Amino acid sequence: MSSLAPGASRPRLSGLRIDPSVALVVAGCVVIVLGAGMVSPGVLSLGYLLQQLQIAAIVGILATGAMLVILLGQIDLSVPLTITGTAIVSTSLAGSGNPLLETLAIPAGLLGGTLIGTINGLGVAIFRIPAMVWTLAVNAMLLGMTVFYTGGFKPHGAPPPLAVLMAHGRFAGIPNAFLLWLLVGAATTFMLKRTVFGTYIYAMGQSQRALFLAGAPIGRTTVAVFALAGFLSSLGGLLLTGYANQAYQGMGDAYLMPVIAAVVIGGTSILGGSGTYLGTFVGALFMTLLSSILSLLQMPDAARQIIFGGIILGMLLVHRSRRAA
Amino acid sequence: MAPLIELTAVSKSYGGVPALTDVSLTVEPGAVHAILGENGAGKSTLMKLLAGVIAPETGTIAIDGQVQRFATPRDAARCGIVCMFQELSLMPHLSVGDNMLIGDGGAALALIRRGSRRAARAVLDRVGGQHIAMATRIADLPLADRQLVEIAKAIGRKPRLLILDEATSALTAERVETVFAVIRALRDAGCAVLFISHRMYEIDAVADRISIFRNGRHIETFAAGTRSHDAMISLMIGQSLKELFPPRRDPPPVSTPPILSVRDLRWAPHLNGVDLDVRPGEIVGLGGLDGQGQQHLMHAIFGILRRTSGTVTLEGKTLTDLTPGRAKTRRIGLALVPEDRKTEGLILDMTIADNLRLAGLSRKPFGLANATDATDAAIAKLIERLGLTYGRLSDPVKTLSGGNQQKVVLAKWLALGPRCLLLMDPTRGIDVKTKAQIYRLLQDLAGEGLAIVLQSTDYEELIHLCHRINVFYKGRVVRELSGAEATPDALIAASLNVSAEAA
Amino acid sequence: MIWLRRHARLAISVVLLAVLFALYIAIHPRGMSVYVMTIWSNQGALLALAALAQFFVVLVRGIDLSVGPVVALTNVAASYLVSGSGLQVAFGALAVLVVGAACGFANGAAVVYGRVPPIVATLASGSIYSGLALLLRPTPGGTIDDAVSDAVTYDLFKVPTSLILIVLVVLLLAIPLRRTRFGLSLYAIGSARDAAVMTGIRVPAVTLASYAIGGFFAALAGLYISMVTLTGDPNIGPAYTLNSIAAVVIGGVALSGGVGSPLGAVLGAFTLKTISALMFFSGLPPLAQPFFEGAILAIAIVLGALGMLRVRSRLERFA
Repeated sequence: MSSLAPGASRPRLSGLRIDPSVALVVAGCVVIVLGAGMVSPGVLSLGYLLQQLQIAAIVGILATGAMLVILLGQIDLSVPLTITGTAIVSTSLAGSGNPLLETLAIPAGLLGGTLIGTINGLGVAIFRIPAMVWTLAVNAMLLGMTVFYTGGFKPHGAPPPLAVLMAHGRFAGIPNAFLLWLLVGAATTFMLKRTVFGTYIYAMGQSQRALFLAGAPIGRTTVAVFALAGFLSSLGGLLLTGYANQAYQGMGDAYLMPVIAAVVIGGTSILGGSGTYLGTFVGALFMTLLSSILSLLQMPDAARQIIFGGIILGMLLVHRSRRAA
Repeated sequence: MAPLIELTAVSKSYGGVPALTDVSLTVEPGAVHAILGENGAGKSTLMKLLAGVIAPETGTIAIDGQVQRFATPRDAARCGIVCMFQELSLMPHLSVGDNMLIGDGGAALALIRRGSRRAARAVLDRVGGQHIAMATRIADLPLADRQLVEIAKAIGRKPRLLILDEATSALTAERVETVFAVIRALRDAGCAVLFISHRMYEIDAVADRISIFRNGRHIETFAAGTRSHDAMISLMIGQSLKELFPPRRDPPPVSTPPILSVRDLRWAPHLNGVDLDVRPGEIVGLGGLDGQGQQHLMHAIFGILRRTSGTVTLEGKTLTDLTPGRAKTRRIGLALVPEDRKTEGLILDMTIADNLRLAGLSRKPFGLANATDATDAAIAKLIERLGLTYGRLSDPVKTLSGGNQQKVVLAKWLALGPRCLLLMDPTRGIDVKTKAQIYRLLQDLAGEGLAIVLQSTDYEELIHLCHRINVFYKGRVVRELSGAEATPDALIAASLNVSAEAA
Repeated sequence: MIWLRRHARLAISVVLLAVLFALYIAIHPRGMSVYVMTIWSNQGALLALAALAQFFVVLVRGIDLSVGPVVALTNVAASYLVSGSGLQVAFGALAVLVVGAACGFANGAAVVYGRVPPIVATLASGSIYSGLALLLRPTPGGTIDDAVSDAVTYDLFKVPTSLILIVLVVLLLAIPLRRTRFGLSLYAIGSARDAAVMTGIRVPAVTLASYAIGGFFAALAGLYISMVTLTGDPNIGPAYTLNSIAAVVIGGVALSGGVGSPLGAVLGAFTLKTISALMFFSGLPPLAQPFFEGAILAIAIVLGALGMLRVRSRLERFA
């Protein structure tokens, strides 16, 4: 009866077999890098690729939060304003000139994100409002708060130095941001694969009914997942603040769609209950590379959107037809 | 007479598990043809084939001598085959009238005329649904009325072959008689009726011919009245009832104080003052027509229902603010095997191991899913005891057969060492061999002092397994049968809330 | 009695809108006038058409995140096509509607035949549609036939033309949706897909049709916007996607499908627009208005979900 012990658990890479959806995305990454390399050789340099990892870390950390919510079969549309809100709070505090407030800049930003996530989770858990609707309303309120606070002008303040260091600095040549992402990814993978909480997340995405009848705390798990997702969104927001060296209105808007796309392309089911972190990891890399290379090739925005949508739809169709076969 | 429908050597399997094997069967017009079989005997697969929901892998279905291949239920309906699947053919958010008219074959964009509505109303009246308003949403109807609407909907489509699947399981005696009168009239008008039921008295009342199915095979067809009940049951289960059910153990002495006591439990409109006592070592049955409150009682005890009134006490302590999460704790020790294995008992895409450990996860040290604790050892023992057959524990639980899936559900709960086990129709849709194993297990568990509450739609199961049977009618226990009183006739009579002579 | 219970949700929506509208007129500096009514009605009608686009998709248990992009694309298309001679204008408008229906059809095909979940299918297709809009017209511009614009955006016998048109649309939809087998099929698929199959409904075809009708209404919205603004603007999309979802939810359309009516969707849209108009004249500092708009949206959603607290079987919460 050794098989009941560790490991006999959850959807995962069994043995050395490669998850086909991950392989597909990795192949996609290789194709676009090599393709772009032919047009513009600079793409193949180590410097360029490391820079991509640095940018991908922002998408990746945001996608981690989005993935947790999507595993529940829900979706978090408050990500844009969680990012913007975090950025405004932390830059305001960091630029306040008061040393105490300055040290609080990052904790306050993270706390804010967690709080937003908690509110999202409470609406979903208590009132059973579809997260798509509830987080939309929360996003609208946050938008109102940021408009009120900034007065519609570019917010004053300075990025917290630690955020800048994390976003731009390197350790042994590797971008700090990427190292942070690896850390977040490792922790998430451990949580999903090895903890009771992780099991509950997958189980909830598949059948809340069955999990409830097994006596699991559905409400608490829901709130915890949304809170954690809020935390990760604000962490990604802080990284973006450091990277952009500022906070500005609308800074989070451009991230909602790519982040969801990264998660879904990585093989996580939008209906919840299945998906691997490795998939989300390569999904974030893919989305970042695609976007960087399209702008490198000086595609007009219109063409970029069309290619973006086309590739995502194409990959989803491939995923689907393979699964159906 | 030429057969209306002729199945020749039809086979169908699901994911390698055969559901129907080499079945040949003819259905003639102007007769009520009963299909008898255990759950899992292939009855529902047969219905789905005829209704065009699934297609046979081998073999042919001929109608009026013409071989037909149905791609959708729509094709089957065009050939005059109409199927009433239990609770599967109504749209809950639509009104009674809309449900009846939507599939009647009229043009998609033409207005539904008043004449059609009147005709639908007439059909509903005819089957005994005079009290049902056409504008009521299905979701707001009680189960029995829903069944009437389903029957009326099927009849309103003017079938040549009408398939009724457990169509009357929630209907009271007089309603059943009305429906049967309609079925007989249809038969006399030349319609063929396939009638699926596991209630012998219904078969006696309405069937002209009887076909027995077992393990996906067509065993025998004969004229109604030519075989005794016992003979038919033996054909269905492939052995005698004596072999299927282990000898009953003696009930615990009456002086034993009950472990679980329910007093005046109410949850309008489904529970209207229920009392129940269960002693350690006792198997107490809950029977009756479908939807008379048995299921709600189970849900109420396990903490699923809110705002119940009355008391539930466990070893003298009153349980309040119960939720499933609290009910399963060591301190309380309740366990519930829910009604629908696939959506409530298991998480189908998760592995066997994860499903086995799901209920015990909250007891894991440090919240680590792979940390071992006492329940893991208990699960390992239970796998042996239940004789669970599986490939690897890391396979998804959906790859198991129905019987083995149910063993997983049982093991998941038994691993927690409950003191009182609540079972909701635990043998629905599983094979005879596993059934026998589960019956023996329940007897053994009771022998070890576990208190068991068994809700079942299978009369034989209640009669042969339970020390006492509480029969429900309209949210109350109307009779308690024990010992020699517990006969099929008495149970049916009590279920229909009539005296035994009238049934 | 049954009627009242069945339409309680709708009755609440009507009362809510009436109260908000009365409030709006009361605080509007110009009070009740044809001009005020017309502006209000035009704004409401724009969102109402987008909400109807969302309604048809949500009804069959889908969600359409490409409503905004299709509105933008058809708005841009209209700025090229709806001008010139009378015949040209007519054919131009028709072409715009065909574009919208084609977009919806493509979404439906991805969902029905590609088996991609609606939310991601329309997320991706929306990106394509808004890209096309930008490609056609990188900056706002173009021309729209003045005469037609005047005809549909002013008033008829002192009643705003847009209001008449919306009422007409709601009435024209009511009969086919509730009194034909096709209309009932839409509800049936959203209510219980399996039962719909068993009943002999052609679920793939009907679903596809519903997405196409949704696209058609998104195009109507795009066309009507071009009448109001007299330009084509590729960037108007995002607000319409989110607001169309909010509108159907406020209007009592269940995101789980099978429940709701065009009237509900329209009422939801007008309610939303009235709230923001109310904010404008409320005397609240302008910078505080967006927050209150969001808060009112949140409150409306919570009110709509209060029924969940009354559910007496915890199992029903997870249905």
